Amino acid sequence: MTVEHATRSSRIGVALIAVTLVILAFAPYWGDRQTLRLLAEIYTFVALASLWNLLAGYAGLVSVGQQAFVGLGGYLLFALAILVDVHPVAAILIAGPIGALVAIPVAALIFRLRGAYFAIGTWVVAEVFRLLASQISVLGGGSGISLPVAVVIAMAPSRQMREFETYWLALALTGIILGAIVALLRSRHGLALTAIRDNELAAQSNGIDVWRIKFIVYVLTAFGTAMIGALIFLQKLRISPDTAFNVNDWTAFVIFITVIGGIGRIEGPIIGTVIFFLLRQALADLGSLYLLMMGAVAIVVMLWAPKGIWGLIVERLGWQALPLQRRLIPEKEPRGKS
Amino acid sequence: MSDPLLDVRAIDTFYGDFQALFGISLNVRAGQVVAVIGANGAGKSTLLKSIAGLMHPRRGEIVFNGAPVAGAPAFDVLGRGIALVPEGRRLFPSLTVEENLLIGGQSRRPGPWTLARIYELFPVLAERRNLLAPALSGGQQQMAAVARALMANPQLLLCDEISLGLAPIVVRDIYARLPQIVAEGLSLIIVEQDIVQALRAASHVYCLQEGRVALQAPAQELTRETISAAYFGV
Amino acid sequence: MQWFNVILQGVLIGGLYAMFAAGLSLIFGVMRLVNIAHGDLIVLAAYVSLLVTQGLGVNPLTSLLLVVPVMAVIGYALQRGLLNRSLGDDLLPPLLVTFGLSIIIQNGLLELFTADSRKLQAGAIEIQTFQLAQGVWVGILPFIQFIVAVLAIAALQMLFYRTALGRAFRATSDDQAVAQLMGLDTRHVFAMAMALSLAVIAIAGVFLAVRANFDPAIGPARLIFGFEAVIIGGLGSMWGTLAGGIILGVSQAIGAQIDPGWQLLAGHIVFLAILAVRPQGLFPKVSG
Repeated sequence: MTVEHATRSSRIGVALIAVTLVILAFAPYWGDRQTLRLLAEIYTFVALASLWNLLAGYAGLVSVGQQAFVGLGGYLLFALAILVDVHPVAAILIAGPIGALVAIPVAALIFRLRGAYFAIGTWVVAEVFRLLASQISVLGGGSGISLPVAVVIAMAPSRQMREFETYWLALALTGIILGAIVALLRSRHGLALTAIRDNELAAQSNGIDVWRIKFIVYVLTAFGTAMIGALIFLQKLRISPDTAFNVNDWTAFVIFITVIGGIGRIEGPIIGTVIFFLLRQALADLGSLYLLMMGAVAIVVMLWAPKGIWGLIVERLGWQALPLQRRLIPEKEPRGKS
Repeated sequence: MSDPLLDVRAIDTFYGDFQALFGISLNVRAGQVVAVIGANGAGKSTLLKSIAGLMHPRRGEIVFNGAPVAGAPAFDVLGRGIALVPEGRRLFPSLTVEENLLIGGQSRRPGPWTLARIYELFPVLAERRNLLAPALSGGQQQMAAVARALMANPQLLLCDEISLGLAPIVVRDIYARLPQIVAEGLSLIIVEQDIVQALRAASHVYCLQEGRVALQAPAQELTRETISAAYFGV
Repeated sequence: MQWFNVILQGVLIGGLYAMFAAGLSLIFGVMRLVNIAHGDLIVLAAYVSLLVTQGLGVNPLTSLLLVVPVMAVIGYALQRGLLNRSLGDDLLPPLLVTFGLSIIIQNGLLELFTADSRKLQAGAIEIQTFQLAQGVWVGILPFIQFIVAVLAIAALQMLFYRTALGRAFRATSDDQAVAQLMGLDTRHVFAMAMALSLAVIAIAGVFLAVRANFDPAIGPARLIFGFEAVIIGGLGSMWGTLAGGIILGVSQAIGAQIDPGWQLLAGHIVFLAILAVRPQGLFPKVSG
């Protein structure tokens, strides 16, 4: 018996994705500066939303405090680059493991809370990080700090090269994170996660160590989120406690994207991000009205289409963009048998 | 012949995609005690839940006092005069005995059953009125559950396996009070695994088997053989 | 003596925190719902009071006569119209719906009232003090707020354990299906619980507005204070919630005394410490 993951539509999906990736990789050659920035922003949101989806949609851990790790990653970048003279790209890579290390005691604490209380607990943690950040005067305290010119130049001599580099970094990082998530879901642990997503109690009574898996997922998500956070603030070139740990930017939008796109499915965050950015372009900058509308749409989707837009598509058409199904293929009969 | 108090007409009830009841028909006349027996999983509880409004049949009708009742929410069904003593008693654990009874009576339907009258019928509850419900013994809890349903002054009382988990002497004690309850003008549907008690208490018996009515007859006409045949489908 | 004053201030504001917490705790007790928009509703109450005081020219404390019923009706409608739909076995919908609600309220208030900081004026009472003991002066307004908080919690306790409505709350919380069988329309019971919660929120919101500056963005912090008070005090106990609020208030006051920037942090640290060492809270009654 073997397990086969692909379906016909997923084969098409993977092919399309490969083609898209190649096109996107060459974007610096066909896109202008604004397009590159927009694309990079899209990638970071796809990554953040996919990570949040893994946490909430699969592991059942609803966090409204992931901005803690976005900000942590950002501050790690600035701290490492400014205080320890680390190359910014290296700093991004280091932010991941440090974020994971920080997540360990955090998880140990807040896992004592259940359900919605856990969610608020994650918010408290983010607040604590924000308050601590404003106490660190070498990094600008409450008003924040800009990335020194020397560090910026260390990335690449010309602005254009820097922009290309940041773009490729964003694409690569997002690709790696998505790849890692898909790999995780295809693995044995992934099967356990899907079981937890579908019915936690049943999963537990089938011998799955739910607590341990949730813990691992939380730490891994922090790993990825911190790296993305570092990347985001490398692009912004400036950080402050309020922007680093902003609930609206790093949690509200991410949650709405995932809910509207489809929680608990990999394709959901991607669809959601695309919709989110299309809407944003179409509606220009309506500021708080835009957030208000997103909130209302998210509520409507949550109550009347809880599987999101991708969930509706899957129900109607049975599509899978990625090879994540599991089908048992029995051994073929050996030749010669009558 | 006057119309029955309760007329269940060919109902099909489903749990999701799983069909539990197939075209069940049953009726209860005023003042009658009807027993519903059958093996585990035959659909007895599902039938009571469908009548009480906890579940809604997908097909068929339920007519009570001349008005359709299928599909109405449970609290509405109680208001019309049907009360269910749920399987497993299910008293409210953070309420005292008296508070449980008062909840039963909060629908304020007019009738003979008041706290005083209940305590007359079940003196053991009066003694324990201020204890939290879980502090009572199994038999006392069962009495409290019946009493709680009575407080709603129903016309039809549905009893789901009130003998479950209780010693025979306790079961006899509870069943001994049923005639007094019927005398006050109630009709009963008793779902039971304890066939002996059910046959003693009821005038009419339905036997369910895998979601269908396998047998229905007046209680005196039933013999051991006909019951076994219907019960087990032998 | 200075430290005594500091602690006293902490105790008094703890009463306000306990009121934030009481509404949260009530809802969780009855329907296992944690309302993420709780803090923003407190701020909404403050703005409603602003409209009433400006529109009718009355004192903020008088405005309560209108604000409380208005908020209660909003609570009933909110639960009946929206939140009841999200309740069920799944954890995600109520959490995400109330989160969406939080964002909507914040941004709605931002659109209507701008981000300007406001404050309600209660008149001379704001600065009056009285002497509690030798060298100890207590502000009259904070003192009144504390007393009202204690009375509100006592009233909630009484309602829960001595009235038919409270019985309905407890029965529905115990076993929703059987409560329905007993004739309780649980949609209505839940809506009444939310109405009651918002009535308490209304009082807390007006007190907040008189005490300090407010703007549309301060909701989440109030939610966090209420939440921390509930966890410190222990789930399921109203008086525990009062204790939790007081401990939080005192922690913040001591923190502020050490360094003004440490006020909020001190409260969070005490909360995390209690979470680490005694996660069930100091006076728990039930296990969530």
